[in-house]
Amino acid sequence: MNYTNSELMVVAAARELENDDSVLVGIGKPNLACNVAKRTHAPELRMVYESGTIGSDPSKPPLSIGDPVLASGAISIEPMRNNFNYQLQAGRLDVGFLGGAQIDKYGNINSTVIGDYDDPTVRLPGSGGACEIAGHVDRTLIITPHSERRFPEEVDFITSPGFVGGREGREELGLSGGPEAVITDLAVCRFDERGEMYVDALHPNATREAVLDRTGWEIEFADDLGTTPDPREEELRLIREDLDPDELYTDQEK
Amino acid sequence: MSTITSMQDAISDGVSDGDSVYLAGFTHLIPFAAGHEIIRQEKRDLELVRATPDLIYDQMIAAGCARKATFSWAGNPGVGSLPAFRRAAEEGIPTELELEEYTHFGLVAALDAGASNLPFAPLRGFIGSDLPDHNDNIARIESPFDDDYVYAVAPIEPDVAVVRAQRADENGNAHLWGIQGEVKVAALAADTVILTVEELCPEETIRSDPNRTLITSDDVDYVVHDPYGSHPSYAQGYYGRDNEAYIEWADIASDVDRVEAWLDEWVYGVEDRREYVEKLGVDRLLDLDPDNAYAEPVNMGAYK
Repeated sequence: MNYTNSELMVVAAARELENDDSVLVGIGKPNLACNVAKRTHAPELRMVYESGTIGSDPSKPPLSIGDPVLASGAISIEPMRNNFNYQLQAGRLDVGFLGGAQIDKYGNINSTVIGDYDDPTVRLPGSGGACEIAGHVDRTLIITPHSERRFPEEVDFITSPGFVGGREGREELGLSGGPEAVITDLAVCRFDERGEMYVDALHPNATREAVLDRTGWEIEFADDLGTTPDPREEELRLIREDLDPDELYTDQEK
Repeated sequence: MSTITSMQDAISDGVSDGDSVYLAGFTHLIPFAAGHEIIRQEKRDLELVRATPDLIYDQMIAAGCARKATFSWAGNPGVGSLPAFRRAAEEGIPTELELEEYTHFGLVAALDAGASNLPFAPLRGFIGSDLPDHNDNIARIESPFDDDYVYAVAPIEPDVAVVRAQRADENGNAHLWGIQGEVKVAALAADTVILTVEELCPEETIRSDPNRTLITSDDVDYVVHDPYGSHPSYAQGYYGRDNEAYIEWADIASDVDRVEAWLDEWVYGVEDRREYVEKLGVDRLLDLDPDNAYAEPVNMGAYK
């Protein structure tokens, strides 16, 4: 079955989620991935949104994390202050899903500014809840296209901490958890014992050369480098017919 | 004590040039009509405070109302960036825009400090991030009890908060359901509160379900009856989010001339929200109509 790289990214991300996870869902592809997971292998997945909806089960795809379909039928809706305080800070959530403009070898994410903070080349939206999500969940999952611009050795600005300067650096700050996987349009990357990103599986049709070309440092490959499994027909159908029919987050033309 | 008034009078009396203004709401119940009235009245040098400055702040920035944005996520929710915000931040068009930046948790904690009359609020936020280096109102503090540490944020106390709810009585006791966002804490932190609602209801309606009351009259200065005042955002149970408008804005706002034309047509070109709604048209509003889904009634009990 034909599929596109963006569809594969969503499906690969969905497979990182487990049935009993509580996940803080981000907008865009993370939102799609969580909804794919919930409608396939993880029906009990508890989806929590920054807007404070807990246990959302949207009847149609939300465009934003504050859409009314996330509120109707939710288990609970918390005011923003409580959601960050009691859910995230207190460590009640397992997984956080993030994107970003830049991600570096330690999994630090920049969604604030390209260039100098006070004289930016590109002013990005900023943290929102991303900094606290990255700091407080057990496992952070990151989805981003693979390009040299997006994968510098060091980000211009740390919006959301990964392993900061390595696993020990993160521990010294008193943060638990950390980034678990980075899903790109070429590969699924994970983090070694030093806290450095490596390629764990290549997507079908992707090559080591393409990954090296589009990564800003000499990224390493797993000794037992795998291949990302193809999406299943049902997963593709969900994306194309139910979750992203207008192709806002996926390119579905193959 | 609150007064029922028109949007024009509430903005004219409540908002002054130079004020810090918080138009509250997390995607839901965003006071677009109030923002448009602020633009029409040509308020200037405002500090626009809000966790999620979306289209309404982009429009106010494009119209030249703002000198500063205090925020935690400046984007078009689900669509992308805010072009006018970016032009102001990157190039100073149409005005320079000073930024004071937080995370979501940091900003609502700062409002909470303001609402609670505290000198700061502690949180486990900002850890590992570069943000504290760029905001003097974020500081690391050590625990007085052990060797743990947290960050502290200084209180945020806006001059004016505009908040929306589905319904309120004439005194400003308001029921809000669906996503509450930072509405309550923004109202409690602000000096002046303008409450705008879809519906006015008798006080008995409010008293029939006190758990649903988010704002009480003693915190409200102005009450405005403002149907459809949140479009293109939404009011849970009343109308849906006009996602098309959010997607269209990405195009419109990418070009300064198109923004001007849009403001001329949809803000300066209409008298008030009623004219805006008439111009929007029946078909578009009907498309946003949800089916009814009532919560089960709650038995509060009548005790003798």
